[in-house]
Amino acid sequence: MKALCWFGKYDVRVYDVPEPKILNPHDAIIKVTTTAICGSDLHLYDGYIPTMEKGDILGHEFMGEVVEVGNAVKNIKVGNRVVVPFTIACGKCFFCKQEKWSACDNTNPNAGMAETLYGYSGSGLFGYSHMMGGYAGGQAEYVRVPFADVGPIKIENGLTDEQVLFLSDIFPTGYMAAENCNIKPGDTVAIWGCGPVGQFAIKSAFMLGAERVIAIDEAPERLRMASESGGAETINFAEEDVFDRLKQMTAGLGPDSCIDAVGLEAHGTTVDALYDRAKAALMLATDRPHALRQAIHACRKGGTVSVPGVYGAFLDKFPFGAAFAKGLTFKMGQTHVHKYMKPLLEKVQDGEIDPSFVITHRINLADAPAGYATFKNKEQDCIKVVMKP
Amino acid sequence: MSFNSEIRAPERFASKKTSSVNVGEIERLASAVAGGALAVYGLRQRSIGGLCLTLAGTALLHRGVTGHCNTYQAFGITTNERKSASGEAPVARDVHVEKAIAIDKSPEELFSFWRQFDNLPRFMKHLESVTCSGVNRSHWVAKGPAGKNVEWDAEIYNEKPNEMIAWRSLEGADIVNAGSVHFKPLGVRGTEVKVVLNYNLPGGKISALFAKLFGSEPGQMIADDLRRLKQILETGEAATIDGQPSGRAAGATPHQSGAKPTLAEQTLKSRAATTRG
Repeated sequence: MKALCWFGKYDVRVYDVPEPKILNPHDAIIKVTTTAICGSDLHLYDGYIPTMEKGDILGHEFMGEVVEVGNAVKNIKVGNRVVVPFTIACGKCFFCKQEKWSACDNTNPNAGMAETLYGYSGSGLFGYSHMMGGYAGGQAEYVRVPFADVGPIKIENGLTDEQVLFLSDIFPTGYMAAENCNIKPGDTVAIWGCGPVGQFAIKSAFMLGAERVIAIDEAPERLRMASESGGAETINFAEEDVFDRLKQMTAGLGPDSCIDAVGLEAHGTTVDALYDRAKAALMLATDRPHALRQAIHACRKGGTVSVPGVYGAFLDKFPFGAAFAKGLTFKMGQTHVHKYMKPLLEKVQDGEIDPSFVITHRINLADAPAGYATFKNKEQDCIKVVMKP
Repeated sequence: MSFNSEIRAPERFASKKTSSVNVGEIERLASAVAGGALAVYGLRQRSIGGLCLTLAGTALLHRGVTGHCNTYQAFGITTNERKSASGEAPVARDVHVEKAIAIDKSPEELFSFWRQFDNLPRFMKHLESVTCSGVNRSHWVAKGPAGKNVEWDAEIYNEKPNEMIAWRSLEGADIVNAGSVHFKPLGVRGTEVKVVLNYNLPGGKISALFAKLFGSEPGQMIADDLRRLKQILETGEAATIDGQPSGRAAGATPHQSGAKPTLAEQTLKSRAATTRG
C-alpha cells in the first residue's frame, strides 16, 4: 500500500509498504478514505520532535471504512464508516474514566521514553514519534487502529468526509482550547495563530459565548478567513504592535483569555522572536515560544492562557513573573478528543458548523510530499490540505 | 497451600545493609598501603601534580582505614561480603530492584494472577517460560546475554494470600535470584503492586555495574514489565507496535506514481533545492 513516510527534516516520501495487520484483540484495520496534513505534522517535517525514526508513517487525522476487526472488538463492524481520534485511549484506566483520554495510562508501548523527558507518559498518538508510542499513522491506504471499541466514532448519515474528518483532531482541539478559557458573557478572547486550529478556536469561542474574538497572524489569507468566516477582529503582527493594539481594542483592560494556537515554532518580528530563532538554530533551546510569551504578556489580570499549540521540551525566557504578577490560569495539553467527538458531530449534523470551510487544498496521497512543502511555506494561500489515498 | 511466616522476606538479602563498610578486607588493606605510599610520594614532589597525588593517596588511605567507598556507595555496590555462616547456597544481592505500580484490580485478582507463575512471561519480556512443577516449585527459563538462555529452579518460600508472594532460586541456578511481590489496596485507585528483586550476575558486581553504565538498567526493565502487567489486566492486552508497517519494513520501496515524476514532485524538488540549508 501507499504510505507517507518520514525520512528526516524536510524529507517525506511516499513508499509502497506492507499492509497493516491485526496485532491485538481490540485492533481494527481501517481503509482510509480521507486524511489530512495537520499543522503539528509540520513540527515533525521541520525536525522539532525527538524520537522519530526514518520510515515512520505519518498522519493522525484520518477516517475511513472498517475492513477488519480483532476478536474483542464489539462496537464497530466491518463496513462501518468511522472517524478516528488522533489520541489512542484504552477506556479502562484511571485517566480514561475521568475523561482525560489523552493522558491514558495503557496505550503507549514506549512510555518509558516519555517518562524520561516528561516524568509521566501521555497516551499513544498516531504517527507522532516513538516517544508517543511509535504508532504508524493514517496518511496511508490502510491503518491499524488499536482500541477500536473506544475511539472511532461511526458516521451513519449523509455527511461528507470533508465535513466530519476534522473531528479527528483540529475541531476538538480548537474547541477544547476555547472551552479551557472558561468564557463568560461579554468576554474578549485573543487567539494567536489563524491556522486550522486557530480558525476552529475562533468559531468555538463564539459558540461558547464570547462577545469578541481578536485573531492574530501575519498571513493575509488566514486573517481574511478569520474575519470573513469566523467573524473575528484581526491584528497583523507584521504591521502592528500586538500588545499595544490589544490594549487599545479592550479599553486598556486586556483580553480575558488568550489562546496560543501556534506552538513551538512561532514566527515573529520582535527582538525575542529573533533571539529564539538564533537559539533554536544553535540547538541551545528546543522550542520558540514567542507567541506564548506575547499571550502571557497581553492577558488581563486574572485571565486564562490556553495552549492548544504543541510544545516539545524546553522553553527559554519564559515570562513567569508576568504570569505570577497577574495571577493567570494556564490550561493546556493534548486534546481529549474522545470527549468532544459526539457533541461536535451533533453540531455538524445540526448545521451549526461546516468544518470543511478550512480546506484550501485537495490532493492525492501520492503527491503528499508536495502538499507538505506547500503547507509549510504557506504557498498558494494554503491553510489546510486534505488527501485521498 | 503451605506458607512459612518464619522465613524473613528477601529484603534481608538486599544491599540495604546498615553498615557503612562497603569495601572488602583485602581491598581495604591494599587501599591503605597504596594510599599511604602515594600520599608520601606526592608530598616529596613539591609540585601541583604532587599535591594531586597526595590528595588521591589520602582518599585511598581513608577508604582503607574506614572501609567506606563513596563511589561504591553511589553505584550501590559492596565488596564487603561474607559467605553465609553455614556455607549454604549463595544469596542474591548484586542487583537490587524495587518498583511499584497502581493497577485498577483487587488484591485478590492480582494475587491469583501472579501466583500462577506461568503467567509471568506474558508481561516479563526477559522470561522465555516459567513452568510450575508443584505447589511451590517452578522452573524458569530467561533470555540471557548473547542469545543464550539461563535457567533455574525456584521455590515459593513465603506467601500471604492476597498480600505477598516471595520466591527464590534453588541450588544450581545459572543466576542466583530472589524476588517478592506485595499487594496493597489503594481504595478507589485499585491496588499497589510492588516488586522487589535481588539477583547475582555471572560476572558479579562488576557486570552489574557495566549493565547500569551501558543502558540495560534493570530498574527500567522491571518498570516496563509492570506497565505491561497493568495493560494486560486493565485492558486485556499489552500495547504494541511490533509487526506494524513502516518505510523500514522488508519489501518497502519508494512508490512509483508513474514513469515520470509528477508536476508536483518536480516543483517540490526545485523548491527543496532553494529552501534547504
